[in-house]
Amino acid sequence: MLSVKGLKANVGDKEILKGLDLEIGRGEVHAIMGPNGSGKSTLAHVLSGREGYTVTGGSVTFEGQDLLDLEPEARAHLGLFLAFQYPVELPGVNNTYFLKAALNAIRKARGEPELDAVSFLRLMKEKLKVLHLDDSLLKRPVNFGFSGGEKKRNEIFQMAILEPKLAILDETDSGLDIDALRIVADGVNALRSPERSVILVTHYQRLLDYIQPDYVHVLAKGQIIRSGGKELALELEDKGYGWLGAEEAA
Amino acid sequence: MSASTAVEAIVESEYEHGFITEIESDTFLPGLDEGVVRAISARKGEPEFLLEYRLRAFRHWQTLATPRWAHVHYPEIDYQAISYFSAPKSQDGPKSLDEIDPALRETYNKLGIPIEEQMALSGIAVDAVFDSVSVATTFRTKLAEAGVIFCAISEAVHDYPDLIKQHLGSVVPHTDNFYAALNAAVFSDGTFVYVPKGVRCPMELSTYFRINARNTGQFERTLIVAEAGSHVSYLEGCTAPMRDENQLHAAVVELIAMDDAEIKYSTVQNWYPGDAQGRGGIYNFVTKRGDCRGARSKISWTQVETGSAITWKYPSCLLRGDDSVGEFYSVAVTKGRQQADTGTKMIHLGRNTRSTIVSKGISAGEGQQTYRGLVRIAAKAQGARNHTQCDSLLIGDRCAANTFPYIEVKNPSAQMEHEATTSKISDDQLFYCRSRGLTTEDSVSMIVNGFCKQVFNQLPMEFAVEAQKLLSISLEGAVG
Ligand SMILES: Nc1ncnc2c1ncn2[C@@H]1O[C@H](COP(=O)(O)OP(=O)(O)O)[C@@H](O)[C@H]1O
Ligand SMILES: [Mg+2]
Repeated sequence: MLSVKGLKANVGDKEILKGLDLEIGRGEVHAIMGPNGSGKSTLAHVLSGREGYTVTGGSVTFEGQDLLDLEPEARAHLGLFLAFQYPVELPGVNNTYFLKAALNAIRKARGEPELDAVSFLRLMKEKLKVLHLDDSLLKRPVNFGFSGGEKKRNEIFQMAILEPKLAILDETDSGLDIDALRIVADGVNALRSPERSVILVTHYQRLLDYIQPDYVHVLAKGQIIRSGGKELALELEDKGYGWLGAEEAA
Repeated sequence: MSASTAVEAIVESEYEHGFITEIESDTFLPGLDEGVVRAISARKGEPEFLLEYRLRAFRHWQTLATPRWAHVHYPEIDYQAISYFSAPKSQDGPKSLDEIDPALRETYNKLGIPIEEQMALSGIAVDAVFDSVSVATTFRTKLAEAGVIFCAISEAVHDYPDLIKQHLGSVVPHTDNFYAALNAAVFSDGTFVYVPKGVRCPMELSTYFRINARNTGQFERTLIVAEAGSHVSYLEGCTAPMRDENQLHAAVVELIAMDDAEIKYSTVQNWYPGDAQGRGGIYNFVTKRGDCRGARSKISWTQVETGSAITWKYPSCLLRGDDSVGEFYSVAVTKGRQQADTGTKMIHLGRNTRSTIVSKGISAGEGQQTYRGLVRIAAKAQGARNHTQCDSLLIGDRCAANTFPYIEVKNPSAQMEHEATTSKISDDQLFYCRSRGLTTEDSVSMIVNGFCKQVFNQLPMEFAVEAQKLLSISLEGAVG
């Protein structure tokens, strides 16, 4: 589904990704772990098309398409979703309105009929229930004045509505209490299907107690330095990154 | 030339002051002197008091110089090069939509405006095209039953001379400023609304069904009187871009609210802003003022300003009655070469008077925008309160926003709050929206509409929806 080969990317003059390889198959859940500053968010941003990064080498294909040529919205239309490490506030923009516009933009791009207000509302109610979320979330401006936990839950809610083929969760678990963590995990697990894939960027083994990954990768200094099954996460928990020669970035 | 001979000269002579062509036979030749003022009054068959009023204003105007303090730049206006009278049904407009700027038509289409209405808006004669006459008649009957007067000010002069005599110029005197004096001297037509004691006007008074009375000209005059305990909501303007041959517009709007009365005045202004270089756009120099004359009265201004090459406009409230309330909610957009110097004045005279100012300025391209607001608390205004919130949003880095809040407090019990922010649409916000599948344009429009939410919430529902659409359209291509 996603194939990253020898990806190199700079921010300004600084090389952050230094030849990164990653293969993600349909229906698989991959955890990417690594010390602070190792390039995890950079990878997530480059995959979703954020400006400000220069790709200097390698390739990324998504379902056979060259992803790097596409605008961020075109990537979303293909089914890519990024849950932000730091979700952005949109003052005055109603959450429901925003999500409906997003979903319909995606449907339109795919040649599917747009959802009317009633069907959309029904969809939202359904997803709220699955995620045990309160509907007060819907009436508020997108992330505006949300607590850290609320922002992360809102990302998962958006993911549930947009039903991406590949979701990248960038430290969605950081700063969450155990209840919020469950909601995030439930959201991801509910989305899990043979059709969908997930990249979980995380710092902690904790999330992986709730979401069982198929693969675990360690990203350090801009490269995947080790890949394995879920037992790798436990090993990391025990020994830290130093064991792999991947100290925290200065 | 003496004034009286001038009247005859202008009205009758075919040569010196005669008509330009057969077809434009109802338009005066350019130029302004006392004779022209008399001729306007004569053509409208006005009573003596109104002619006197116009003449006083004209004589005063002659002593004034063009104001220069506003933060706008434009070539000198030659007031002798303007024609000051054009009969309402002049035939000099375009004959069909083919003659209209294609860009303008595209905007009409985007707004979903029916062809017939597009014609009316572009100034094409549409008399029998659609149903507005009968619609207007139905409305009039309903209003008449409630006792509400809603008519052209030129009709009111004849039908309700006492009301006009009593109220015209009582809020904005002809001595107020250069443009107010000019307007008082030569005003073409406008709207008169009178809501009797205790009456709640049964509908929003909108210009929509005045479409036939549209050509009120460049010196429009509006007077709204709300007697004690009455309530009225008036909608001015139109979200569709309005085309006009006249470059200078200097309107005067006067509102009067007696005890416990409430006037809500909403404007969507979308005059032609000119071409990419700003050429040919409208200069909109307006004086709008509301007088909260009665205790517990309330006047609320809401405006969405997206058009005009230059806007100079400060809808204000005189809070005279004790416990009276003034509000100003504004969204102003300047893009391309547009310039706007706009804001409000809240003059607190009565006790426990309250005012709220919410100004949202959006600049894109090379747009220049100034917020200028005055809050004055007089010595007698015990317990007065003001809250001002003034936010600017910049799109791109060639535009500018300035804020000039003036505060004069003569009573120590006053409570004043002022918040001001300047922000840009951040790359983070744009990327966030786009990563959810929205195009850059849709993202910008969503963020900007969010920024304006507080003001749009004040607009009557249908107007709010149109205003949002308008904002999105006017910012298309603002972010590259
Ligand atoms: N916009 C930026 N400008 C400069 N340096 C950046 C920028 N974004 C990331 N970096 C640098 O790139 C490196 C990787 O950052 P990031 O991808 O956020 O790491 P992680 O998510 O793994 O903690 C860090 O050294 C960080 O300082
Ligand atoms: Mg990160």
